[in-house]
Amino acid sequence: MKGMVIVGGGHAAAQNAASLRQQGYTGHITLFSEEHYIPYQRPPLSKEYLADQQSLDRLYLRPERFYEERDIDLRLGVRVSEINTKTNNILTTTGDVLAYEKLLIATGSRARLLRVPGDQLSGIHYLRQLDDVNNIKKELRDSSKICIVGGGYVGLEVASVLISAGHQVTIIESESRILKRVTTPKMSSLFHTLHTAKGAKIYTEAVVQGFLGSKRVEYLNCGDLTIPTDMVIIGIGIIPNIEVAKKAGITCDNGIIVDDRCQTSDPNIFAAGDNTNHPNTILNRRLRLESVPNAMEQARVAAANMLGQDKKYASLPWFWSNQYDLKLQMMGFSADGDSQAIRGDIETKKFVVFYLNEDKLVAVDAINSPAEFMIGKKLYGKAVNHTDLSNTNFDLGSLLK
Amino acid sequence: MPKIKFIEHNGIEHIIDAINGDSIMQSAINNLVPGIDADCGGECSCATCHVIVDSIWIDKVGIPSNTEDSMLALNPDREPNSRLSCQIEISDKLDGVVVNLPEFQY
Repeated sequence: MKGMVIVGGGHAAAQNAASLRQQGYTGHITLFSEEHYIPYQRPPLSKEYLADQQSLDRLYLRPERFYEERDIDLRLGVRVSEINTKTNNILTTTGDVLAYEKLLIATGSRARLLRVPGDQLSGIHYLRQLDDVNNIKKELRDSSKICIVGGGYVGLEVASVLISAGHQVTIIESESRILKRVTTPKMSSLFHTLHTAKGAKIYTEAVVQGFLGSKRVEYLNCGDLTIPTDMVIIGIGIIPNIEVAKKAGITCDNGIIVDDRCQTSDPNIFAAGDNTNHPNTILNRRLRLESVPNAMEQARVAAANMLGQDKKYASLPWFWSNQYDLKLQMMGFSADGDSQAIRGDIETKKFVVFYLNEDKLVAVDAINSPAEFMIGKKLYGKAVNHTDLSNTNFDLGSLLK
Repeated sequence: MPKIKFIEHNGIEHIIDAINGDSIMQSAINNLVPGIDADCGGECSCATCHVIVDSIWIDKVGIPSNTEDSMLALNPDREPNSRLSCQIEISDKLDGVVVNLPEFQY
């Protein structure tokens, strides 16, 4: 008997299964995950879970019994190798064939690999999956000097955990500043200063040429610079997992192309999460996001549409990161702004940068300022006054009325 | 197992068995209680797990922290007993707690 088939085992996959049941679907739901774990939360991997502040049980999105009670068939450690869009079947690497009524591709993304001499030495890790973090944690006790390749959010979150745990951390960034791809020079500079003050060494415009060591990594080489290291953690971005979709003839271009109903070029196939290139009607352009809130919302939208409803995706992109005692919440894209208004004092580590484009609010970076962040989310696209935004005596809430 | 009663905005009730140490948000998620999105997974970052605690329970549940309070501050559905359910840990003393769900999460 045909049912719903979900390819992938992350946030979008798990939410889609839950949403299908929540919306009353009583047929078969089968979820295929390459990983051997029931669906878990990814954000804590570089934060609380790495810091040993969160148990494995608490990492799971839902307990195992949830899937049993709701009759959601989890096929763990199984990869879907082919989708046949003519017969509406999937084929797994274990040789199973399963028919689908509707299919969700929620294959997420994988770590971009750094291909340099010595990259096969032990002690070189990526951080994307639970197994990656478990392997890192096993080696942490014997690693005092740690090099992090890539000064993006994952790298910096890992740096903050490891420095707080007493390790010597060096961050290697190939660009002219950390966080260059995602934020403004001002914010990059703030995080650079923060990490340096905590004891991290940061090298920018440093391109890793190779790793040296007999069996285990001992040195990282960046041309003129050779850094002794006990462990390397690489976080240089992700690649969307679109191969199975592409092979099935589904239209892909920097992700799986979906419409605002999360439907792909095949009407029976939907996609959700990091792997989608989707239209955002609020920002008026197509996006491919690396974001949990986006994965969850797309999964809900896809579930409704898989059940024959007509639900449209319309959400503002937002992100968060925790480093040391800083809680960073971001909405929109700061690059969209042509001017900024800063509210609060950067020195006190409690401030907000509002980004405006022709006086309309387009993005917010809020540091330890959750209330201002929430207001910013509601003010997106609205005309606001620079002076009001930067005046801490001005009640931002009044702008919502 | 402490019991939690969720009351949806439309009056539909869900009584669930919760586990000590879980948050009310997690209990809702684990039991498919509609109306709690919990996008951030309990980081107190998204404010999509808003509940309004029944007034006879609010003393036992307690008041929000500063961060939580500011996340709630501008919610148009906020009421005096509003809380983010990811920040409420379940224990035996909350057995029977009643929480109301707002019409929308923001």
